[in-house]
Amino acid sequence: MARYKLVVIGASAGGLTAIEKLLAPLPKDFGLPIVIVQHISPDSENYMVTLLNNNLALRVKEADEKEVVKPGTVYIAPPNFHVFIEEDLSITLSVEERVNFSRPSIDVLFETAAISIGNQVVGIVLTGGNQDGAMGLKMIKDRGGLTIVQSAEEAQVAIMPSIAIKTSHPDYVLTLSQISDLLLRVAGDFNPM
Amino acid sequence: MKTPSPDEINKIELDLLLEAVYKGYGFDFRNYSKAHILRRLTYFQNVNGLQSFSQVQDLILHNKSKMKELLGELSIKVTEMFRDPAFYLTLRKRVIPLLKTYPFPKIWIAGCSTGEEVYSMAILLREEGLLKRTQIFATDFNEKAIEKAKKGVYSIDKIKHYTVNYQKAGGKNSFSDYYRVIDNRVEIDPGLRQNVQFALHNLVSDAKFETVNMISCRNVLIYFNKELQDRVINLFTDSLINGGYLVLGMKESLLFSSKSGLYKTIDNDRKIFQKKLLGEK
Repeated sequence: MARYKLVVIGASAGGLTAIEKLLAPLPKDFGLPIVIVQHISPDSENYMVTLLNNNLALRVKEADEKEVVKPGTVYIAPPNFHVFIEEDLSITLSVEERVNFSRPSIDVLFETAAISIGNQVVGIVLTGGNQDGAMGLKMIKDRGGLTIVQSAEEAQVAIMPSIAIKTSHPDYVLTLSQISDLLLRVAGDFNPM
Repeated sequence: MKTPSPDEINKIELDLLLEAVYKGYGFDFRNYSKAHILRRLTYFQNVNGLQSFSQVQDLILHNKSKMKELLGELSIKVTEMFRDPAFYLTLRKRVIPLLKTYPFPKIWIAGCSTGEEVYSMAILLREEGLLKRTQIFATDFNEKAIEKAKKGVYSIDKIKHYTVNYQKAGGKNSFSDYYRVIDNRVEIDPGLRQNVQFALHNLVSDAKFETVNMISCRNVLIYFNKELQDRVINLFTDSLINGGYLVLGMKESLLFSSKSGLYKTIDNDRKIFQKKLLGEK
């Protein structure tokens, strides 16, 4: 089984609840860093960070410029910035054009992670009402990374998972609690200590 | 013999292309964020119908106008008037009163792109009664962007958004005082650029530009790696008078600068820093 270095998650409408449910079972010493793009209004404060920090064992913070991501930590894309993943697992923030009408865009996060660390990335697409994330997930899949989509039946808004499934033919289509279990197994494999 | 993967080949060709751009034209992108450069150049490769970065290299080495296009692709043209209004509001309250104490303040807007930030600054200075005695230097490495900045003509679609920004930034008048509508475009009041000198300048390779009282360089450093950020902050430090201000983009900082000890933080959320006076702790 491949050894993974990073989990990237994309979510849109209904995402906050889904993300909380997905990450709640993960322990604070979870063996992989997690970077999340949740579509959010450009003007909003990043309330997600506070909310998730209160409700998860994992440490949650806004992704900072040039920060190297660490296991056991969740990084949330700041409003109005794209997040790029570099080869050394550091973060670059960008104010470039919106992609899929979104900044941050899920495709941009997934695409840069796929190109930078290829088969060592786990990509997850959750609930949402647009097509962001589908192309990026395909790029992860093409490079031998692990690809997971929330089952469209379970998702609060099924459009984004459905398009991601159709476009990328992911390795797994699962419910949130099944994805949590899979993440625990994958991280355990990565970090046998 | 090992077989390089397509991504590995792509990265090798990318390094060679950046080397060619540097050796051929003197533009050094080797210390930019790799993920950023890779995205932009992949876009350039695709719109030109090319199959690889090696083909891009061949094209730009033999075709100067294509090289100019590539430069345009690598410069960040996403900008807006009064972007991050809270920043301008803080600037107005905490920095402008001190700039007013200088008889002829100089301001350098580094990486000014198509000029939106230059005109925002000029409007703010005019409202504070400071524009007439202030010299603004607005620089960018992208020739086309500078040309557009000099004209000060923008699409009308964005005016609604800019108006909201202007009001949130503490604007004292009506935003429409500063432009006139021509068809579906707006022309910014040419009077605003009376004391603006637009110039080509490359932060990566060019020397100190001027000695100034304030430098504004917003959302440029995020595209540089840590070493290059350090070098550019050094350049800024050399260009600022003691007590001068350095203002950066909302996600930028002096964290990777060896000169950070020479600055004090005026507002960390708005990224406003001040170069200390001699002997100041």
